[in-house]
Amino acid sequence: MPVPRFWREQKGRYNLIGTYCKKCGKHFYPARSICPFCRRSGEIEDFQFKGKGEIVTYSVIHASSEDFDHLTPYILAIVKLDEGPCITTQIVDEPTDIKIGDRVKAVFRRLGSDGKAGIIYYGTKFVIDN
Amino acid sequence: MKIGIVSYGAYIPRYRIKVEEIAKVWNGDPSALKGGLKVFEKSVPALDEDVVTIAVEASRNAIERGNLDAKRIGAIYTGSESHPYAVKPTSTIVAEAVGATSDMTAADFEFACKAGTAAVQVCMGLVGSKMIDLGLAIGADVSQGAPNDALEYTAAAGGAAMIIGRNEDEIIAEIECTSSYTTDTPDFWRREGQPYPRHGGRFTGDPGYFKHVTNGANSLLKKLGKTAKDYDYAVFHQPNGKFPERVAKSLGFTQEQIEPGLAVTNLGNTYSGASLIGLSATLDIAEPGDRIFVTSYGSGSGSDAFSIKVTENIKKCAKDVPTVEKLLSNPIYLDYGKYAHHKGKIKF
Ligand SMILES: [Zn+2]
Repeated sequence: MPVPRFWREQKGRYNLIGTYCKKCGKHFYPARSICPFCRRSGEIEDFQFKGKGEIVTYSVIHASSEDFDHLTPYILAIVKLDEGPCITTQIVDEPTDIKIGDRVKAVFRRLGSDGKAGIIYYGTKFVIDN
Repeated sequence: MKIGIVSYGAYIPRYRIKVEEIAKVWNGDPSALKGGLKVFEKSVPALDEDVVTIAVEASRNAIERGNLDAKRIGAIYTGSESHPYAVKPTSTIVAEAVGATSDMTAADFEFACKAGTAAVQVCMGLVGSKMIDLGLAIGADVSQGAPNDALEYTAAAGGAAMIIGRNEDEIIAEIECTSSYTTDTPDFWRREGQPYPRHGGRFTGDPGYFKHVTNGANSLLKKLGKTAKDYDYAVFHQPNGKFPERVAKSLGFTQEQIEPGLAVTNLGNTYSGASLIGLSATLDIAEPGDRIFVTSYGSGSGSDAFSIKVTENIKKCAKDVPTVEKLLSNPIYLDYGKYAHHKGKIKF
């Protein structure tokens, strides 16, 4: 990922900052600048998610692209945040310890890096918090 | 004016390797090693953990425990000898991740194992001179020992964060006084670009650790007109379990005084994190009125000593933030192969 793009999005990735429509009360992550429900009459504001949610579904990844190969086997899951939106994220627990419906909370981890000399990308993953 | 700790937080990765498992690979004698080092297992970072992620987790725990507004933090200093970048601060990433940016200052510190307590002293100065409202001082490391080096049995990962302030309604532990003892001593070093440190073997003990901790501790006790008996607890830098026990005894402290802060046995040496994790573990169980004596040590060499008095405000700390005991519970054990992979000792 290009450095400028990551930098623009890093506040959102570090602290789960998305948006919220004051008109209809819906939350969005990643951030949306226009409410898809209220369209032009929506009122969008930044919103920091609490970082708690639950596992909707998950899959254990055994074969991955080169960038994530060193992490295998790892859990990739869809987490429904308590405020509403669903996100795809890594769960940093052992694959044997997870089940659908588990409560999870946000943690700060390395997301990747541009090789050995490039920038390191940090952001949010989740851990089981039953 | 009083200056003190208004909140604190620790973080320890969940993975562990037992001393036996490392000894098995190198034909070491596990019972001799365990008896000699008084370390039974050590923490290992996950593949996506480093000093930045550990510093962020410890700092978030500190902010949550004190229910503090991160925007009040005017300075962040992270002490470590394993910052992920040679050039680019850890502390700016921490600042963004805890929501303290942008009207603030930040820098990284390095002084072997005592960079975290050096950060505490700098925050005390800035808070005391009213240049800032709150200061965040962090000690964190993911230290490396070369395969089959003595350090491999103890070099661990973890960190702790202290938030320093001057508001008497917020101070949970007043820092009554601090003093340091510093000399140029080549007991342990790592050159730029080298993956593993070098050390002076037995030279690290007497002219390094023992001389500096003893002199630093004694000069603070003398300054305050106090003795070991005036304290309820004591925390010393813990590169292994044996050094802090020996130095405590020679200074007149008992095993009971150091026991709550002796996290090293099931954690290993967290370098810049070690004395601050020991202090966190002691604050976890301390009561108002308790006095805590802390002396860190950093090779190179120096020690920072602190006299700390716990206040009534400690009862106001959030209860659901993990204690050091909680962070040490429920570990995942690794075999040497997985451990080597975690620490990047095997290149695929
Ligand atoms: Zn809307």
